[in-house]
Amino acid sequence: MKAPRSVSLTVNGDALSGDASPRMLFSDFLRDVLGKTGTHVGCEHGVCGACTVIVDGVAVRSCLMFAVQAEGADVKTVEGLADGDELHPLQKLFSEHRALQCGYCTPGMLMIAIDLVNSSDSLSEQDIKVGMSAALCRCTGYEGIIKAVAAYAEQVHGKPIKRENDNG
Amino acid sequence: MGVIAVAGLTRITGWVFDVVSELQKRANPVKPPLLDILAPSSLAEALSLLSEHGDAARPLAGGQSLVPLLNFRLSRPDILVDLNRIANLAYIKDVGDQIAIGAMTRERAIEESDLVRQVSPLLQEATTQIAHLPIRSRGTIGGSLANADPAAEYPAVVLALECEIVVQSVRGERRIKAADFFEDILTTALAPDELLTEITVPKAPVGSGFAFVEIARRHGDYALAGVAAQITFANGAPTDVRLAVCGAGTTASRLTVAEEIIQRYGVGAEAIKAASDAAAASVDPMSDLHASADYRRRLAGVMTSQAVEKAAQRAGVRS
Repeated sequence: MKAPRSVSLTVNGDALSGDASPRMLFSDFLRDVLGKTGTHVGCEHGVCGACTVIVDGVAVRSCLMFAVQAEGADVKTVEGLADGDELHPLQKLFSEHRALQCGYCTPGMLMIAIDLVNSSDSLSEQDIKVGMSAALCRCTGYEGIIKAVAAYAEQVHGKPIKRENDNG
Repeated sequence: MGVIAVAGLTRITGWVFDVVSELQKRANPVKPPLLDILAPSSLAEALSLLSEHGDAARPLAGGQSLVPLLNFRLSRPDILVDLNRIANLAYIKDVGDQIAIGAMTRERAIEESDLVRQVSPLLQEATTQIAHLPIRSRGTIGGSLANADPAAEYPAVVLALECEIVVQSVRGERRIKAADFFEDILTTALAPDELLTEITVPKAPVGSGFAFVEIARRHGDYALAGVAAQITFANGAPTDVRLAVCGAGTTASRLTVAEEIIQRYGVGAEAIKAASDAAAASVDPMSDLHASADYRRRLAGVMTSQAVEKAAQRAGVRS
């Protein structure tokens, strides 16, 4: 019963499958079985956010899910953002705003930001700070990350975000 | 010669060590203990699995607290009964003067529900303060209540709103009052074969104001202390005062003395100060690495005054 079982799912539009023992975490399955090493693993208890991926349309911690629970799921990882050599608009903004240094947290940051921006039609700077607190960066600091996500929100929502020093 | 031989041996030993640890890692690249996951597709099937396996099995809801415990191997069940494949356990229904919420309803669905915002704004506001968006994507209301973390938001909310918790087992159904549900730290009235299936939440009365306030060192961390308030007013005077605290004891609890003070003396500055002092005096928090017991006690008082002020303002009673 505890033997590996086959898990079939869609990752970035590709139908994939692999074997996972019941206790294998989804994050390990993505990296070690499917070879999708763009998803990073940090704390492995849901705190750091590095392993965040999009499952059935919403950002989730892949270290707090079992691989077998992803059977039939539609998953998007950082590898699915760029279109060939053309970076995703959010990736370009991360580059422009120097929102990464070592890059370890970046895959999780990107997936969180995409869900945060796409699941809302209006965000304030404070909303972005609160939303992006779902992932930890330990080197470049958060200024550039907040700026990049704010710029992305303005692109997607087609209007300027509300800043903290705005009155009303 | 001897030195070279030792260096060579060290190198070979190191290489052997590397290969062995790499093989071990490949053979066992996982954090949680050896376990099996059974994923029933119906409630009846889940209940019979829990009945059959007893203490060896644990229900797996959103997993946002259980999976970290498994990854640390602080919890070592033989079997997880995964509730995520059961249809009909995730819903928010309008049932007259209450709403009924299925246990597997994601926190995110509650946060985004127009119905919840309209009829139980306290529940909605508390939900936005649970951890972070990706955690709320999977975390469920039933899982949070059954886990009974004393610092979690939902136990304080269901105590304040006097919700009813519906549990089922192969032996039948029980409806447990929130006041009787939380027994101790991470301990509830649920028997090992019982599953929490639904929560009923009374709608906020006309003329009521609400607030959920909490303080944490970083946004999204468990609260050092938090207070849920729902206060109903008639002609500017409180007629029904509900205050509950989290993070300041082994379970969330009602702040009954503070409630009485507000009920009797209203929401003037002096009454709020007295209620805040009473709240601080009534809690029995623990010291841990995040905060001392004294500091948490003080925060429970501060959160009480902030929650009462905000609830009164929202009811249009205080400016």
